[in-house]
Amino acid sequence: MSMPLPDPPREMSPRGRLGAWLAHKVDAYARTARHPLFWVGAREMAGISVGLTAWAFMTGVAMIKSGMSITEAVLMSLLVFAGSAQLAAIPLIAAGAPLWVILATAFCVNLRFVVFSLHLRDYFMFLPRTRRLYLGYFTGDVTYVLYTRRFPKPAETETQRRAQMAYLWGGNVSNWVFWQTLSMLGIFLGNALPARWGLEFAGTLALLAVACSLATTQLRALSALMAAAAAVALYGLPYRLNIVSAIAVAVAICLFLEPKVLARQSGAKGEPPGDRP
Amino acid sequence: MTDGWTIVTILCMTVVTVITRCFFFISEREWKLPHWAQRGLQYAPIAALTAVIAPDIVLINGELTAPWRDARVWAAVAAAAFYFWRRRESFTLPLTIAVGVAVYLPLRLGLGW
Repeated sequence: MSMPLPDPPREMSPRGRLGAWLAHKVDAYARTARHPLFWVGAREMAGISVGLTAWAFMTGVAMIKSGMSITEAVLMSLLVFAGSAQLAAIPLIAAGAPLWVILATAFCVNLRFVVFSLHLRDYFMFLPRTRRLYLGYFTGDVTYVLYTRRFPKPAETETQRRAQMAYLWGGNVSNWVFWQTLSMLGIFLGNALPARWGLEFAGTLALLAVACSLATTQLRALSALMAAAAAVALYGLPYRLNIVSAIAVAVAICLFLEPKVLARQSGAKGEPPGDRP
Repeated sequence: MTDGWTIVTILCMTVVTVITRCFFFISEREWKLPHWAQRGLQYAPIAALTAVIAPDIVLINGELTAPWRDARVWAAVAAAAFYFWRRRESFTLPLTIAVGVAVYLPLRLGLGW
């Protein structure tokens, strides 16, 4: 058990206050990292990260092969930290699409996180806002799934909270280290591979794999086919507006058909359709 | 060459990451999306992904030309077929990419498709 640091004395030089603040931060991080569940979280995440490495690597390759500079690719990997949104934005950036189209596309690709955030709200609300945003930013898909699987209910006591946060941070740190290492490798090795191979296509294949994994219901599969057809048919639109229009068309059609399909399914099977994110 | 506009795009995308990951716990207030938006969340992500990739798979310079002689089309078909064949197993996602690349590279480098 660690002792809390004494409060910093009132009269301190700016450097003394900075030092005390830093010491307090380091102590808080160390307390989290010493928690046994931190390492459990890190280990469980590491097991899955091995499968995600190809992914991170391809994101790195796709960034550099689209013509981004090394500085841009490294910055994007470190800051944006969202593989599928990056992969979706890369061709748009290369084609010079307007900023709002790129952001709207990234937002739509990331909408699955919006679904997760509704669930995580009950777990995170005890934290002050800055800490919530910080924690939310570092919590990716897989750590979210592992965390909520291990803790089906939000913590109620201080001890439980510390255990949950230690587990989640363990997973997040492990995920971040794996992701960034492989993404950097992709950036630097991708630079050395010949352009003739057309390896930027691996990024498209990576997105295709995610899209397949999201096709868990009939309507979602329909949404995918509609959006693909509309994006190809509307390709002539300026500013890559075909993307945003295709999303709008596909979602509108699915919302229109949903009541009918759901009614038919519940009539046939008597169970609600799978809504897994 | 590093381009200032790309850096701005990257910074804005970082903000998008924070907003989407934290969407429902940014505000202390409890609130709900309208029903249609909540339902739309089911269909928008997959639509966004396929809208981005479909033109990159079938179009060349914005034209639809001979998709049956295109390495990308065959790679995509093979990858999707592999995914739905092996969807219950572990490591399916990275293997799907590997299968796609394994079909793509020989066709492109060997046959020039």
